[in-house]
Amino acid sequence: MKTENLFIQGNEASARGAIKAGCRFFGGYPITPSTEVAENIAIFLPKVGGTFIQMEDEIAALGAVIGAVWSGVKAMTATSGPGFSLMQEHIGYAAMTETPLVIVDVQRGSPSTAQPTMASQSDMMQARWGSHGDYEIIALAPSSVQECFDFTVEAFNLAEKYRVPVMVMSDEIVGHMREKITIPEKVDVLARQMPFEGPEEFLPFKAAPDGTSAMPAFGDGYKMHVTGLTHDERGYPDASNPEGHFQLVKRLCDKIRKHTDEISRVKNYYTDDAEIVVLSYGIPTRPSLKAVSMARDQGLKVGFIKLDTVWPFPEKTILEGVGGAKRVVVVEMNLGQIFYEVQRVLSGVKVELLPKIGGEIHLPEEILQKIKLQGGL
Amino acid sequence: MRKEIRIAGFGGQGIILAGIVIGKAAALYDGLKAVQTQSYGPEARGGASRTELVLSDEEIDFPKVQSPDILVAMSHEALIKYLDDLKDGGTLIVDPDLILEDEIRPFVEEHNINLYRAPATRTAQEEIGLAIVANIVMIGAITAITKVITEDAARKAVADSVPPGTEKKNFSAFEAGLKMV
Amino acid sequence: MDETKENRFMKYLRRERLPNIFCAGCGIGIVMNTFFNGMEMAEVPLEEVVMASGIGCSSRIPGYVKCDSLHTTHGRPISFATGLKLANPEMNVVVFTGDGDAAAIGGNHLIHSARRNIDITVICINNSIYGMTGGQISPTSPQGSYATTAPYGALENPFDLSRLVTAAGASYVARWTTAHPLQLSKAIKKGLNNKGFSFIEVISQCHTYFGRKNRMGSPIDMLKWMKEESVVKRKADKMDESELEGKIIVGEFHNKPAPELSQINCKLLEDKCTAGKSSAFRSAYQGD
Repeated sequence: MKTENLFIQGNEASARGAIKAGCRFFGGYPITPSTEVAENIAIFLPKVGGTFIQMEDEIAALGAVIGAVWSGVKAMTATSGPGFSLMQEHIGYAAMTETPLVIVDVQRGSPSTAQPTMASQSDMMQARWGSHGDYEIIALAPSSVQECFDFTVEAFNLAEKYRVPVMVMSDEIVGHMREKITIPEKVDVLARQMPFEGPEEFLPFKAAPDGTSAMPAFGDGYKMHVTGLTHDERGYPDASNPEGHFQLVKRLCDKIRKHTDEISRVKNYYTDDAEIVVLSYGIPTRPSLKAVSMARDQGLKVGFIKLDTVWPFPEKTILEGVGGAKRVVVVEMNLGQIFYEVQRVLSGVKVELLPKIGGEIHLPEEILQKIKLQGGL
Repeated sequence: MRKEIRIAGFGGQGIILAGIVIGKAAALYDGLKAVQTQSYGPEARGGASRTELVLSDEEIDFPKVQSPDILVAMSHEALIKYLDDLKDGGTLIVDPDLILEDEIRPFVEEHNINLYRAPATRTAQEEIGLAIVANIVMIGAITAITKVITEDAARKAVADSVPPGTEKKNFSAFEAGLKMV
Repeated sequence: MDETKENRFMKYLRRERLPNIFCAGCGIGIVMNTFFNGMEMAEVPLEEVVMASGIGCSSRIPGYVKCDSLHTTHGRPISFATGLKLANPEMNVVVFTGDGDAAAIGGNHLIHSARRNIDITVICINNSIYGMTGGQISPTSPQGSYATTAPYGALENPFDLSRLVTAAGASYVARWTTAHPLQLSKAIKKGLNNKGFSFIEVISQCHTYFGRKNRMGSPIDMLKWMKEESVVKRKADKMDESELEGKIIVGEFHNKPAPELSQINCKLLEDKCTAGKSSAFRSAYQGD
């Protein structure tokens, strides 16, 4: 297949990205506005020998995905707010058992059933903290149909590299809108690693020095025991050992935290001389960038930071990007989630929130007004 | 050049497909940037239907329509609902058999609206013998009136958007729409 | 210890994990023995078996067995098993679960997997109580039985799991008790050989909690009770409701082959799928 240009929805782009990245199993449950991901991948998967199954709920969907991963395939699911809430139990299980998988969360108006056909960014904190306990995940935020494709591919590679659940935090607007995308003939695909050691020597839950651990499949002769209980390097339950628990959970967090710079994808625009910096992620980055260029046209020294990865939080990159700016405006489609993270990181800088809920994106004019409102420029 | 287009009518008229075809023509065959969005309601059939397009020769930062340059109304309800948003001096294309023109005449005059009448539904029924291709007739009319996409790109986009085996009828529908102006 | 007297199934266990956590006299030991016996009768090598389990005493079984196993979340092992099986249909997938796991929190997964007739063998150890957490009421606790959360006796009707799973569409369903090890071994053999959803319900003793709360404090008391109160299904079918009160109906509830999901799925994949393996088999290990 050659390079293809298509005019498709973001949700279809996510499904196509998954297939290109080697996804061969999808366990899902229909939920607006994510359903087109399932509908499209249900068409594509059998053509590449892969399996689609619609499960009885989102808990079962992610359970089936985890099972398929341990059978040796790459697997994913897609959902939205209420379904994402149900998946939290198994997100924690996947983090604890270091099961690589991808979840596309097409965010809608929340909480509860709220606005099934309207966009939001209200699951950003749930992505980070939704399951109980200390753990780390990786989350990307696409703002275009092309990014829905690219970030889904990226998500599979990051999942394999760090043996961690990776979330593509899409939303109703980017999921449903159509744009032209270019699908390359080939994308970089990171293969899962088999251990060098034989079954007698291999420790399935021993930390690899660089964070990437080998992971054989069930049926390969390694006779692994995988449990959500606190376990030792062999995978055996060791739930009453305080030191063992500390070492395990610390390692699960550190394998992401210590690689934050490597994982982070952040784009800076006009930040070099910026006195005010606008920071956003996902779909509101588009009106934000427009507002920033409008401000530049008016002679204002305004810069823009676009977070393509939101978790782990790219603290260092943001600090560098903000540089000597006095004011930062965080633009997000909720009543303040990532805003508090930015505030935490930038002590001494005035961090302001431009929230929006209801389903519509901020207008460039609104953002420009916020830039000018208290900017003192 | 940033052009905002809104096409509205009721469910079953193929409104969304019309938006997709124009978006495809612009993005895949005319070398423009295009974003197509649509309204989602809980109704599976009937009800109001709306699609919007932003076409530009530059990257499209804001993907939604704010104030359309072009409004295409295929129902009176849609016409009344969206007319106020149309830019002064904008283009209004209506299917004259589905709207009551008297109601909008003062607005059209006051805001210097360029009004075009494209009887897409009647043409589809009488010339093609198929009411369901009214949307393709309308694409022809939009192409001819607004020139936001080229005829050639529109033909290609129609070809790869309609079900296999229906190309001939759809091409005739498109040509009939072109000739309306 | 005299090596010659060692249990003949010891070779299947992770010796380094012993002793196990089960109470002396628990029915789980009998179930493990009958499982290995049934597995040998079915001529299924342990190398082809993968296990999944949920949360509870019975769900700890896979952790002691020398095979690949997923010890999953409460109530959900069958959903994990579904993914394991569909992504590698060659594996013989066995789920160990209990009444709380399979019938309460996991009830929905149980009936839907039965409906799909996916080739998984579910062994549900039903002791009518939550043992691991200290003796709370379960959806299979007989009406009037006592538990820490039913201090005045259970108010609700219990589930008849074998009938439930039969109605949901499983192709093999049997119920025995730990007092019927031979019949149970045979049922496990049939379940493992059945290409479809097999459900084997084992009524088992939790003398520690169910027994103590219900005047059967020793495993012997409970085994006697199960033996005496059991009625085989053929006979029970001819008895009326009043005669069956308090009885445990045992035997085969259903045994009728039916189209199985992973095979239907393989057919869909057609040329992509050779010898029961789809081209996606172990595809995660292929780079670009």
